[in-house]
Amino acid sequence: MVSNTRKLEPPSDDKRWRIVVGTMRRNGFARHSLIETLHTVQESFGFLDEESLHYVAESLRVPLSQVYGVSTFYHLFSLKPAGKHTCVTCTGTACYIKGAPQLLAAIADKHGINPEETTEDGNLSLLTARCVGSCGLGPVAVVDGEVVGKLTPDELLARLQEVMDHHDD
Amino acid sequence: MMIERFEEITTEEQTAVAEHDHTVKVCVAAGCLSSQSDQVLDALKNGVGEHRGCHVKGVGCMGLCSQGPLVAVESKTGAKSGSVMYQNVKAEDAPDIIQSLGKKPVARLELKTNVPFFQRQTKIVLENCGEIDPERIEEYIAVEGYQGLLTAVTELSPIEVIDEIVRSGLRGRGGGGYPTGLKWTTVAKMDGPTKYVICNADEGDPGAFMDRSVLESDPHRVLEGMAIAGYAVGATEGYIYVRGEYPLAVERLKIAIRQANRLGVLGSKVCGTTFDFNVHIRLGAGAFVCGEETALIASIEGKRGTPRPRPPYPAEYGLWGKPTLINNVETFANVPAIVRKGGAWYAGIGTEKSKGTKVFALAGSIQNTGLIEVPMGMSLREIIFEIGGGVPNGNCKAVQTGGPSGGCIPADYFDTPVDYESLKALGSIMGSGGMIIMDDSSSMVDVARYFMEFCMTESCGKCVPCRVGTVHMHTLLNKIYKGEARRHDLETLEKLCDLVMNTSLCGLGQTAPNPVLSTLRYFRHEYMDLLVDGAEDGRGATAVDAQLLEAQS
Repeated sequence: MVSNTRKLEPPSDDKRWRIVVGTMRRNGFARHSLIETLHTVQESFGFLDEESLHYVAESLRVPLSQVYGVSTFYHLFSLKPAGKHTCVTCTGTACYIKGAPQLLAAIADKHGINPEETTEDGNLSLLTARCVGSCGLGPVAVVDGEVVGKLTPDELLARLQEVMDHHDD
Repeated sequence: MMIERFEEITTEEQTAVAEHDHTVKVCVAAGCLSSQSDQVLDALKNGVGEHRGCHVKGVGCMGLCSQGPLVAVESKTGAKSGSVMYQNVKAEDAPDIIQSLGKKPVARLELKTNVPFFQRQTKIVLENCGEIDPERIEEYIAVEGYQGLLTAVTELSPIEVIDEIVRSGLRGRGGGGYPTGLKWTTVAKMDGPTKYVICNADEGDPGAFMDRSVLESDPHRVLEGMAIAGYAVGATEGYIYVRGEYPLAVERLKIAIRQANRLGVLGSKVCGTTFDFNVHIRLGAGAFVCGEETALIASIEGKRGTPRPRPPYPAEYGLWGKPTLINNVETFANVPAIVRKGGAWYAGIGTEKSKGTKVFALAGSIQNTGLIEVPMGMSLREIIFEIGGGVPNGNCKAVQTGGPSGGCIPADYFDTPVDYESLKALGSIMGSGGMIIMDDSSSMVDVARYFMEFCMTESCGKCVPCRVGTVHMHTLLNKIYKGEARRHDLETLEKLCDLVMNTSLCGLGQTAPNPVLSTLRYFRHEYMDLLVDGAEDGRGATAVDAQLLEAQS
């Protein structure tokens, strides 16, 4: 547990870096706070870009290779920016049996994207989750952070259209 | 003194309850929240407004998640005293519910509670779920919360606490079933001033949501269990490793830790004694393999979550090389009740080798999807048909237990009692408690393929048998499912199962073949039907038949 109180200057004066620095400081800039810090970066910026990986590596004195290794190992970390809207479809066992594959097929059909892809206009990202824990409501999708359950493919498409239209107004 | 403070809080809570004629409880666990139970709660709170004698509060999971949002009303006076439960409640229903207080319940929303789903359960871990507000420590204390911890640190020696756990016969609820008392004894015996307690809340098994519900509905119970464990084994730091996919559970845990620290039941000088215990939360980031204890430890240390060979076990060499006790959420949640009521009481429940109760998450093709807690030894038939209410359409074909590490048990074996040994004998495992019920429409080959795909993507890649083996098994299963495989492919698949099972580094790889092996054992004909040369007389399989039929027509 090497601690390092030497504060590096963030890559820019974007205020969101303060939140990131806050997380590192709370953990005494300890190396083991790498995952916590990456969580904060992802929450603040939506994804992990190269700049942030460099910054976190230097601040915590962790080799860049390890930072890259960790950020690619865990599913929740994304190295690419997500679309304006996200749809996370649960593919847990209960949802799978209740028709999650049909939901994915419907989205692929209508929006032309497969899981982990974003539409060309950057409007919608389709992601999958291993289980969001709402098995009683299967099949479940999380549309822009809101859980919707007992879905049919048509309902999900309608719901997606709704959030996309709403935002564009 | 802490005990006086507890009594004070309990009295305050009881007075507050006594002042109200009606208590309206709205489920605000993740299941019901996703059907907008927060709006129901707000509507009821606003509606009640000045209505004196009525208290509206959010509570944890009531179990029957598929009928959410659920609302329970408890009345002490009026024509209908006692409790009423409502299902599928919308915010618009709030006025009707408030109107009905003390009168006849709202018939169109009423949920019958005199059914096996509610009556056949024995609740220990879930005793407070759906009863108390998870965000108020006072309510937990009023139902004897933290009494176990107080007794442990003020009246018992660490050895006496461990003895109590040993006597209870409690076994690890994460799936392995390792005797908890033995694990605690091993860690307690280790030398050294620094030890750790870790709570494994990385519930990665798809289709299981027991741990999530417990953390969201009764977080203090888990903290209390951890603190008791810390006292027993001599650890002063505890970590809870929670899945990143459970933001609500994390939020409620943070609140609970803050409240417990403020009250002095956690932190430095627990309950005014010399024992310190600090709990930290660590967020997982979506890796199934991190449920494996050595991978979980690596993840807490901020590394890639890859397992390492055991021994040395974490009890010897765990977090940062120190002796570490790792238990599952449900295991810790059992501890407070055991210390409070005694190990002998707990050992009186369940079967000879599997003591106590087990929480199961029922999902899939079943009437009553939700969370249940039953004594060990209850038969699968009772769980699925009586408590679960059976399969809505068609026949029940099989039940899958243990997730990607478990197996499918066909309906013919439903009279088997549910305990660690019996399920293992059937080629499945108890697992963490997910039960997925499948009807006739599910293809067993598809189920096996689904789990293999899961293990393939979740393999961490450290050891070759798991990394490469799962890919090959998945390819073969795909080939079989598409009707392109031959008998020798099935033979290769079986050989691979054997290889991966026996040579993988950690539990993920060692158990990855289980879904294939168990479906092959009980539903071999489904595989054979899909083979090109599957039928006994060498006649083409269904896929080929279909092609022939198509060609003829």
